[in-house]
Amino acid sequence: MSTRDTEGGHVPKEPSMIKQKELLSAYYDRLVAAPQTGQKVVYTFVPGNLTELLLAFDVLPVLPEINALQSAMRGRSGDFIAEAERAGHSEDVCSYVKCDLGMLRAKSGPTGKPLPPPDLLLLSYTGCFTFMKWFELLKQEFPKAEVAMLHVPYQADGVVTPEMRQYVLAQLREEVVPKLERITGKKLDEDRLRELMEKSALAEDDFVAVLEAGKKKPSPIDGYFGAVFYIAPLFSAFRGTDDGVAYYRLLREEVEQRAAEGRGPITPLGQLDDQRIRLVVEGPPCWTSFRELWSMFAAEKAVVVASTYCKVGGLYDTGFRHDPRRPFDSLADYCLGCYTNLSLPSRTDLVARYVREYQADGFLVHSVKSCNSFSAGQLLMLRSLEKKTGVPGGFLESDLVDPRYFSGANVKNRLESYFQMLLARRGAAAERAAEVTP
Amino acid sequence: MTYAISDMPPRAATHGFPCFVGIDLGSTTSKAVVLDEDGRILGRGITNSRSNYDLACRIARDEAFVDAQMTRLARELAADPVVEPHVSVLRPSVERSFRYRQHVRQLATLRRVCFELAAGQGTLEGALAAIFDEMEREAETMFSGLRPRPSSEFFRDVAGGQFQALAEKIAAERRVPFETVVGVLDRAMPRVENEPDDLSFEGNARDALGRALGRYAKRSDVLSAAVSAALDRVIAEPPFVVRSVGTGYGRARLPFPKEQIRSEILCHGLGAHATFPQTRTVLDIGGQDTKAVQVDADGVVTGFQMNDRCAAGCGRYLGYVADEMGLGVHELGPLAAQASHRVRISSTCTVFAGAELRDRLALGEKREDILAGLHRAILLRAMSLLARSGGVREELTFTGGVASNQAAVAALRELVDEHYGEGRSEPLRINVSPDSIFTGARGAALFALRGPAAGPARGEKMS
Repeated sequence: MSTRDTEGGHVPKEPSMIKQKELLSAYYDRLVAAPQTGQKVVYTFVPGNLTELLLAFDVLPVLPEINALQSAMRGRSGDFIAEAERAGHSEDVCSYVKCDLGMLRAKSGPTGKPLPPPDLLLLSYTGCFTFMKWFELLKQEFPKAEVAMLHVPYQADGVVTPEMRQYVLAQLREEVVPKLERITGKKLDEDRLRELMEKSALAEDDFVAVLEAGKKKPSPIDGYFGAVFYIAPLFSAFRGTDDGVAYYRLLREEVEQRAAEGRGPITPLGQLDDQRIRLVVEGPPCWTSFRELWSMFAAEKAVVVASTYCKVGGLYDTGFRHDPRRPFDSLADYCLGCYTNLSLPSRTDLVARYVREYQADGFLVHSVKSCNSFSAGQLLMLRSLEKKTGVPGGFLESDLVDPRYFSGANVKNRLESYFQMLLARRGAAAERAAEVTP
Repeated sequence: MTYAISDMPPRAATHGFPCFVGIDLGSTTSKAVVLDEDGRILGRGITNSRSNYDLACRIARDEAFVDAQMTRLARELAADPVVEPHVSVLRPSVERSFRYRQHVRQLATLRRVCFELAAGQGTLEGALAAIFDEMEREAETMFSGLRPRPSSEFFRDVAGGQFQALAEKIAAERRVPFETVVGVLDRAMPRVENEPDDLSFEGNARDALGRALGRYAKRSDVLSAAVSAALDRVIAEPPFVVRSVGTGYGRARLPFPKEQIRSEILCHGLGAHATFPQTRTVLDIGGQDTKAVQVDADGVVTGFQMNDRCAAGCGRYLGYVADEMGLGVHELGPLAAQASHRVRISSTCTVFAGAELRDRLALGEKREDILAGLHRAILLRAMSLLARSGGVREELTFTGGVASNQAAVAALRELVDEHYGEGRSEPLRINVSPDSIFTGARGAALFALRGPAAGPARGEKMS
């Protein structure tokens, strides 16, 4: 992921940024070479994914959401979506799906080189109700691919019951593992799986320390725009790898150094030390206008201290770590516990907790036009959060990767209004306090 | 006294009459409000935004300053026991004289530009000459005070309406295609609007006063001398801008430091609070935005919702509908008020406005009945934003250009009662000020008065 500055100025690259770029680009090279090397390829989704299990079989995971968002950040999603719409998909269909299908039809990949076809479509059904249709469509594109379905029960009541865990475990053992064994021709090596999980837990500890640095003032990280980069290796193919461990150690050291020196995160407008507004954000970023949107925050000296999006793959705040002592249980718990599998009240509680623990001035909800799965109910979350926290919420609307839905002037107007409103309230509160204590 | 957008420093002078200016550069109209040190409104100015915010801003400001000086003159006159009894007649008369001068100047420019565009086309030039001669004659009576003032104050609407009506008659008489004649007007009008003119108070006040006094039956030398002295006092102490605050869609165009630019949501909240202090909810329907804003007892915004990038159901939609019907946008409300029943309209999409309208007309529906349905459809969309922002619990103030449309107000009244009226002993109060279009600019001016600090004052300094 590039760090080009929209303003044309120089934005310094930190070692972790360079390291991440190298990791991801080497990974894409391996993917592109897979048809030659004969390495098996599994398409699966980001939330609650089974990376350790896949790596134990030496297969290469491909995450279609990441392909879509990378296409958007490279300015190619509009064309891919148009390609899918030419094939008959409606304007209202999830733009991730259309971007992915259009990319396949254009015989392209996020980097321009086509990705290898899947040997297995591992349909991890974790909270997003479009996932099933998505892979149904991919199955039409790749009729030879096997399909394994992992149905993860929704945390409707905000808890994981023993029955839910058992249900997932049974599918792992009876459906997922046998299919992986069949396509790779290997038996599962459980020791290997444990080794991978040990490394996952190391990286996860460092990752949590990085995100929790957002509690500091000034915050040394941006917990939304910046954290999007921090989550990339962990939520994709690098959990359980030495590269993953090394990356998160390096990142943690950088962030701790930054915090010790009282420095803010690097934004498209430069380092943000002077932070006027601390925010929590719910909802994914708008990938087509990622830097433009980030710049709007930075220009107002607003920093995001915590976000739900960087829990979309898995939720570690509440103490979960991959556990080599009970590998299958922790795979199941990871699937069941990821943010997308949480109910509206659980999501609301989490955001409220962030507002409190990260001492945020406000919270913003980003509603995604083409995503019914997660945008439905967000306004109700907003109202209930306002009641719970006593802090007013802001509301943005755009899309994940469809550039047509982003109106810069509209979004800027909303953001500026929201920030000015927070500052005005702060001013009024200060005056009230001054009146009480003469 | 001319102001350019580029030369509006926060402190233009160190002496004179201190003023605070709010500028609201909307997508359709640009507004300016001038306040005195006590937060009282001295003057207002408004013009079409066209596609030139710099010019629109300057014109709105100039107008507001002319108006401000008029107010100061009226205050001076009212303070003089000799003149005081005549002020209520004098002030409107002076204003009409001013408007007349402005109109005549712009009309002369329009005539010149039209002739430039029609050069060498004999019959067309003849028709234009006949039209303009008649328009110049009409101008005399238009600002005489004997006829009601034109319902729109924009030169484009007033002169355009006259021109079209005359062209219909004269083009037929002279066998010139109507479209050709009106085509010249369409091309000329933007050029006229983009040509700035000196319409300053200082340069024109004496003439306007002379004209007003000339019409004044009970004029006497004593009165004339008193009025002249009052004018001298006003001119001797020119207004100076202590601070300006800008808002609105085009606010980024203003050469102000960041802290002097405010979101229109905050400005509408504060402006509505200043006009109606019990306001807790503000509905602002502007040219391309609809906003529902909740404010506290001090006018501080506590929450808001606005439309997404689709401007369906905003003022611009009414503009398209008016164009489609061959009406001025200010004529829609009165026409809709004549409806005998309401046609159900499904779409407030601006792009489909024309098609929806033609469909209904083709089905034999009457224009006024369709318009009544359109206004309800617009307000229904606004109701959804109001609900999203937290609903209407106490006083609601309706602001923005669309609030001056009586059919929109009636539709809002009906819908608020339907949605929030149940179980109330008396209906929720809905405030609409005749100056609702200036609410954002007034809020901006109040922010200017409060000073550069981001924090608001608690309780307005209103004497």
